[in-house]
Amino acid sequence: MSETGIGKPVRRREDIRFITGNGRYTADINRPGQVYAVFVRSPHAHARIRNIETTAAIAAPGVAGIFTGKDLEADRIGKLICGWMIHSKDGSPMNMGAHPALALDRVRYAGDHVAVVLADSVEQAKDAAELIAVDYEPLPAAVHLTEAQAASQPQIHEEAPNNTVYQWHLGDKAAVDAAFARAAHRTRLEFTNNRLIPNAIEPRAAVAEYDAASGGYTLYTTSQNPHVTRLVLSAFIGIAPENRLRVVAPDVGGGFGSKIFIYAEEVVCTWAARKIGRPVKWVADRSESFVADAHGRDHHTVAQAAMDAEGKILGLRVRTKANLGAYLSTFASSVPTYLYAPLLSGQYDVPAIYCEVDGVYTNTTPVDAYRGAGRPEATFVIERLVEVAAREMGIDPAEFRMRNFIRKFPHQTPVLSNYDVGNYPACMKVALESADHAGFAERKRTSTAKGKLRGLGFSAYIEACGIAPSTAIGALGAGVGLWESAEIRVNATGTVEVLTGTHAHGQGHETTLAQIVSERLGIPIDQVSVIHGDTDKVQMGMGTYGSRSAAVGGSAVVRALDKVVLKATRIAARCMEVPEDSVEFTDGVFSARGTNRTMKFAEVALQAYLAHKFDTAEIEPGLKESAFYDPTNFTFPSGVHIAEVEIDPETGNTRVERWTAVDDFGNLINPMIVEGQVHGGIAQGIGQALLERTVYDDTGQLLTASYMDYCMPRASDLPSFDVAMTNTPCPSNPLGVKGCGEAGAIAAPAALINAITNALGHEDIEMPATPGAVWRAVALRAEKRAAE
Amino acid sequence: MTAVSVTVNGKTVSAEIEPRTLLVQLLRDRLGLTGTHVGCDTSQCGACVVHVNGKAVKSCTMLALSCDGAKVTTIEGIGSPEMLHPMQRAFQDHHGLQCGFCTPGMIMSALDLVTRKGMKLDESTIRKELEGNLCRCTGYHNIVKAIGAGAQAMGAAELQAAE
Amino acid sequence: MYAFEYVRPSTLSEAERALAAQPGAKLLAGGQSLIPALKLRLNRVPLLIDLSAITGLNRIERRGNLLAIGAMTTHAEVAASSVVKAAIPGLVHLAGNIGDPQVRNAGTIGGSLANNDPAADYPAAALALAAMLKTNRQEIAADNHFSGLFAGFAEDEILTEILFPIPRRFAYSKFPNPASRFALVGCAVAQAATGVRVVATGAGANGVFRVPELETALSASFSPDGLKRIVIDSSNLTSDIHGDAEYRAHLIGVMTKRAVDACLA
Repeated sequence: MSETGIGKPVRRREDIRFITGNGRYTADINRPGQVYAVFVRSPHAHARIRNIETTAAIAAPGVAGIFTGKDLEADRIGKLICGWMIHSKDGSPMNMGAHPALALDRVRYAGDHVAVVLADSVEQAKDAAELIAVDYEPLPAAVHLTEAQAASQPQIHEEAPNNTVYQWHLGDKAAVDAAFARAAHRTRLEFTNNRLIPNAIEPRAAVAEYDAASGGYTLYTTSQNPHVTRLVLSAFIGIAPENRLRVVAPDVGGGFGSKIFIYAEEVVCTWAARKIGRPVKWVADRSESFVADAHGRDHHTVAQAAMDAEGKILGLRVRTKANLGAYLSTFASSVPTYLYAPLLSGQYDVPAIYCEVDGVYTNTTPVDAYRGAGRPEATFVIERLVEVAAREMGIDPAEFRMRNFIRKFPHQTPVLSNYDVGNYPACMKVALESADHAGFAERKRTSTAKGKLRGLGFSAYIEACGIAPSTAIGALGAGVGLWESAEIRVNATGTVEVLTGTHAHGQGHETTLAQIVSERLGIPIDQVSVIHGDTDKVQMGMGTYGSRSAAVGGSAVVRALDKVVLKATRIAARCMEVPEDSVEFTDGVFSARGTNRTMKFAEVALQAYLAHKFDTAEIEPGLKESAFYDPTNFTFPSGVHIAEVEIDPETGNTRVERWTAVDDFGNLINPMIVEGQVHGGIAQGIGQALLERTVYDDTGQLLTASYMDYCMPRASDLPSFDVAMTNTPCPSNPLGVKGCGEAGAIAAPAALINAITNALGHEDIEMPATPGAVWRAVALRAEKRAAE
Repeated sequence: MTAVSVTVNGKTVSAEIEPRTLLVQLLRDRLGLTGTHVGCDTSQCGACVVHVNGKAVKSCTMLALSCDGAKVTTIEGIGSPEMLHPMQRAFQDHHGLQCGFCTPGMIMSALDLVTRKGMKLDESTIRKELEGNLCRCTGYHNIVKAIGAGAQAMGAAELQAAE
Repeated sequence: MYAFEYVRPSTLSEAERALAAQPGAKLLAGGQSLIPALKLRLNRVPLLIDLSAITGLNRIERRGNLLAIGAMTTHAEVAASSVVKAAIPGLVHLAGNIGDPQVRNAGTIGGSLANNDPAADYPAAALALAAMLKTNRQEIAADNHFSGLFAGFAEDEILTEILFPIPRRFAYSKFPNPASRFALVGCAVAQAATGVRVVATGAGANGVFRVPELETALSASFSPDGLKRIVIDSSNLTSDIHGDAEYRAHLIGVMTKRAVDACLA
């Protein structure tokens, strides 16, 4: 067993450069002669552009170029795309409006891109940008999700009548109607799943250059998936063929989904680099990130559950309007549909589910995947429903869940998902113990004595990671395959380079993927390098999102390692002059059964390149193998989170007192990193439920457009987290792993709102439960009590 | 253009700059010290924290010219990959970072905290004192642990040096 | 930022000359609000006069029944000062909770008072303690400065020192805006020979204001008990996305009660 192998809490190797200031992020990259790009953005949520006057600006000091949508159009630069086709329930394809990288005649949200200014310095570009006179004819804006589909609302795209992108559904309506007809108890909730602004601490950035000698472009960009960026820039935008376009995503400072998408800025910078013959650098200001990075969530939902008299769930009916913003971002259409409804069954054996989703355009920043992407929304629906149903029926919420848990696997839900494995009751039992559920009543008494309100809430979440197989998701409308690639390059000295198509922006792949290699090849981790994020080095990959890197990317590494071991075994057999089937490989040593002959892995590697001891007509020299791995199913991580809060009724302030997370991620490659992922996810989930509020005014201006108004979780807002794991290995990939990146963000909001409503004694609170809102809810409780 | 002279990580450097140059711009764009990051424009995120004359400040909210004659310490002046500072090592040991973008600011703030509050730091003190540093990856759990352990290690190192 | 000229005088008279010579020039006194505003291009100044190199502007002294704090004293220096702690311990607490540690290392009391952000902490203390604001030209009573009628300092005026009469008791209690950490509502309570003052910050668009109904109650009996039944009129209070006027009115009562508790602790 390797000390640095699978299952060990190996210290992260990438940390050394980050803790010493040697990380290399996109904004750290400078190219000789570069100009700085500044984007002119629409101040209006909706307006016609009558004219753009650039004469004064182009003459300003340091200006190297100013371009508008017309320039892109003249060069036949394609529009931004949405890569997942959703069909409405009537079979019609979704109604998608064009999304130019720079606006042509209309702007559709405050922050929409109108022009780009390129100058010798950022400040000069900003100075010049102010000299551009854009003649806008302001139009009425459709801002609010629940109103935008009304006939009276302004039309945002001609292609989408009533601002409706699609009216999609999943499940069996008739079966659900029947379930509700025979139900002993029905529970109904109506709520908003609040819009979030991702806020990776590294703002997006791009540095693009064009090399006239080779005719090739290089784009350094803050991307979670540089190969997809290259594919889209090439195949759809038409910047350059893939073989002349290198995309590099160097160190990336967090993504959480917001850096998956192919945005206007990198299109414009790459195109402009050739246009003006100088490298172009753009780094977003945070104020810009607030309006220009795709937002997340933003659902309005009516959810109903039908139960029999014992609290067994008979059916679910869910009606959701999903705000997609002013344009369809790269994967926007899939998030509230196929990443949402298939998870509505949660951990429960629900015989009938019917879900309808309207995708809606509004004059707001586009909305796309954000940590969890659809799955936190689904979990919030089902976990709020079961909690409220249990309370209404007078059943203990944990017991209610236990009664409804799925116990036999595989389990086919009524909403596509086929759960391969899990042990939900086991997880619940551990969670109840870890959270000292039995001691809650005593803690509540103590809080009450202090004049505080205490509450406890559960969330038993399910997640689907490693979305696959490619044939299945292709049938659902995906424009990509979701396999992953890996290449193992064994050097003559026995050191190894792993090339992966995933991309790490905080997840620690340079350590975890090396652990897989260390385990399998029996070599120390310091002899393994992990290479990712450069399309000139890694041939193709699908990147990192949806907690897919270990399950899909890691499995690809395993498959490539299988091939390496197979070939090395053959070479070792030749070298040791024994039959191939007598050679075993353990702990880095090839040994011939029945002999005392052994060879270390490094010796075999050397022989592979010397090629002296085998017939090269039979075995090719060298030791380098690759694999493309396509999973057979999603993975289904699950878990139970328990939140405990104390509310100060005088101020409405909520303190999270305890947080218990018990997760089942299958096998763990590096438990230290897994726990870190859980912590970060919980923090973002607590942020959603308690702090992070996105507000547009009626004219479509974003009012929460800086950290002065958008509340990011700080250290003092959070407790330490009590994290534990149960483990049912995943049968559908060779590592038995499930994925852990989004779990916390999926589980946390429902747990926290369940805890707060438990403390309040009623359900009337929306996310985020800000102090002002909680204070009002406390007052409401007092009124209700007085009335009773 | 105005001349500015600053001692950065023990080395005195001079530059001709526009008065509107921020300290962080001087460090990153002129001196190539890109370990100090910029994560916001309203002085909240703390990715840009450096020490000026021994005190932690946000280098994105300070003019470079205001630092004329000052001693500035950045993350690059704390330790090196070969000779990590105990606080740096604690961040690695306790998995106190993920994407690494906020990390230099966190470490610089942590060192300032040790200067002000000593080497025995409890959890609530650390959490409160991190008011000026945002992290989106870690949920702070391991940052808090790392700072506590880093501070303790600094104390141990000091004790050892004294002996 | 728009381009500007910059000087960093080493004496007050140099600063005065520079200020007089350039209409529209602004003083840089820590810059923790001014620099972000400049960065966002919300502000355009021809000249910045950086007061940080002038010696003697960050002195903290007890002068009889007065606590004198130099205008360029940072929040961190106030928070760490044994002189302040001995004279008005509530000020140590206030200063130690402004912004965050890095802001406290750069931001100054003079900068805060001159900027007079409607949600800032120091103005509440200055008004509650009936401080005198000493400039290069005159002494202004905080009562006048923060009355809402006063339009700020004259073009060529430089705040140099703040003189706080030492009260019997003083405390400040803040409910921070969760995002900005400025006061959503902060209340300063001072009990002095001249009477009791209660000042709220964060709740009014024009900045700090005294709360007469709470002052009357506390003058009658300096105890939190008398405050419970008082309902603060919300009609002139701020409503924004972080809290409506009614919530802020309620918080004024709560924060005042807590400040009184702290005074009596």
